[in-house]
Amino acid sequence: MYRYDEFDADFVQQRVAQFGDQVERRIEGDLTEDQFKPLRLMNGLYLQLHAYMLRVAIPYGTFNAAQMRKMAHIARKYDRGYGHFTTRQNLQYNWPVLKDVPEILKELAEVEMHAIQTSGNCIRNTTSDQYAGAAADEIEDPRVYCEIIRQWSSLHPEFTFLPRKFKVAVTGATTDRAAIRVHDIGLAIVKNGEGEVGFEVHVGGGQGRTPMIGKVVREFLPKEHLLSYLEAVLRVYNQIGRRDNKYKARIKILVHETGIDEIRRLVEAEWERIKDTALKLPLEEVGRINEYFSPPSFETLDATSRLFEIKRFEDRDFATWVRANVVGHKQAGYAIANISLKPEGEAPGDITDDQMEVVADLAEKYSFDEIRATHEQNLVLPHVKQEDLYEVFSGLKEAGLATANLGLISDMIVCPGLDYCALANARSIPVAQAISKRFSDIERQHDIGELKLKISGCINACGHHHVGHIGILGVDRKGEEYYQITLGGNANENAAIGKIIGPSFAYDKIVDAVESVVNIYLELRNGAEESFLEAFNRVGMAPFKEKLYA
Amino acid sequence: MALQIMTANRLLGGEVVYFGENAEWTDDFSAAKTVDDSNGAAVLLSEAEKAEANQLIVGPYMVKVERNQSGIHPLSVKEGIRAKGPTVHYGHGQNNNILRQAG
Repeated sequence: MYRYDEFDADFVQQRVAQFGDQVERRIEGDLTEDQFKPLRLMNGLYLQLHAYMLRVAIPYGTFNAAQMRKMAHIARKYDRGYGHFTTRQNLQYNWPVLKDVPEILKELAEVEMHAIQTSGNCIRNTTSDQYAGAAADEIEDPRVYCEIIRQWSSLHPEFTFLPRKFKVAVTGATTDRAAIRVHDIGLAIVKNGEGEVGFEVHVGGGQGRTPMIGKVVREFLPKEHLLSYLEAVLRVYNQIGRRDNKYKARIKILVHETGIDEIRRLVEAEWERIKDTALKLPLEEVGRINEYFSPPSFETLDATSRLFEIKRFEDRDFATWVRANVVGHKQAGYAIANISLKPEGEAPGDITDDQMEVVADLAEKYSFDEIRATHEQNLVLPHVKQEDLYEVFSGLKEAGLATANLGLISDMIVCPGLDYCALANARSIPVAQAISKRFSDIERQHDIGELKLKISGCINACGHHHVGHIGILGVDRKGEEYYQITLGGNANENAAIGKIIGPSFAYDKIVDAVESVVNIYLELRNGAEESFLEAFNRVGMAPFKEKLYA
Repeated sequence: MALQIMTANRLLGGEVVYFGENAEWTDDFSAAKTVDDSNGAAVLLSEAEKAEANQLIVGPYMVKVERNQSGIHPLSVKEGIRAKGPTVHYGHGQNNNILRQAG
């Protein structure tokens, strides 16, 4: 894991002191709200419906037990005993008090964390594959490049006031678990014909009110040119991206209106100019960062563990959890253990202080002190010995964290919605809770199979509904909550934007509607092997629409 | 003019508050002072400006409400949630707003 160097520590400390001073001046009345608001947003502090909300950055979703314990401590001391994991692999506190925020930031700095650039029109937290460094299908660990991007983009003077916020995602695997095609820039680590490793660069993806799949601006970018190419893209965007209308200010609109060929021409021209300057990555520097992410000291183990197999045979709940939540590891005898934060009837992504400490203990004891946050609002212990899986499962079960639903219908991405968010039009969490209760039978969920359901409480699409196999969008109709359903979205390497099925449903009808859609799928699928998305792509919208509105 | 009240968030804690009948900023929706004419609205706006200048509140705005036998009520789900808090359990089980649940 990356550790702060002197520069990192210094700039975070400086920012803590600076923001502490700004809060004091605001409370004393030396700063008005108009003056203070951009300053607090630069430090991840929003004002939501009922309280302030502090968004803490977890760079590329990788953190350790000490950091998790600190987050638990903050939840307990300064908030209401819980935190909320977000779709940008960050953590949000929903109830901090303004005067406490400088103290919270001080405490975060003690464990090399902060809230800088978790808001504002800057380059946000770079996200990545939650299985980085553990996935069997990985070409290279993407976190090395995420960290390089973090260092380059932190407080980058030219890109602190972009036309709009800017999100970058990186995957190093052939399966895209980081949704890179719906990011402003998506980077896929690839090999070219000569076997060299570089990046395929996607630009102009995004969700929100105008969802777009990113377009390939460069098929192969040598690794040493990563920063010069990103800088060229950002510079073109910063110079000609729209600033007159915030709804048309994201780079996706620029790419759409200008055309990818012209954007490519502009970017490549700028890149030619700067690519051999100081931005060219020295290989020794890449090597230095790489050291931080070198694989842990794996033991040489058999591919399967006898103890693991016995426990799987003896304990049906364990077997169900393994089936859903455990994924193969690149190292023989190890496994990736997913921790679902979607227990039946609870708020997706929420975790209590006590649960955080349980996860921290398990990570320290069984996963080389590593934890990952996923953009699907779950957690991962990336390096668990198969023979330890039962202990991990037992610890999670005792803490209420062993829900065996990864990738199933109740494993939903859900934005905070109108229960918390000042921008939302409709509630998301209660809809998710009701769906989770409706499909509470885990065997039924397994029978339905892989189904990504995603819920947003407004068109900003923080709940990623556009790329849900089933998407739900909350809308406001004269002060009442209604919900629009989309089908066929997909966030992986075959990314697609879902299509609206028809008129929206009232709050008390939406769960029935979702169940109908699922039942229609079950009727028309070609056996259990055909997933919801495959079936939808085969038959299209018509049979779903016809039966849902019959 | 429709019946209206003045709401905002407290600067220090961010809590939802209303300008009350007793000229204080209260978290009790039912104690909010109602107005139904432009003179009344001007008074509320003036009080909000004063409270903003004194670092008591942020983001004040007026909200339409209706009155029936049991008192005043918000007209939108959003203001109902602002008035009573999240409709979902959180953390160790807190919540205080039981609106109808999705079905």
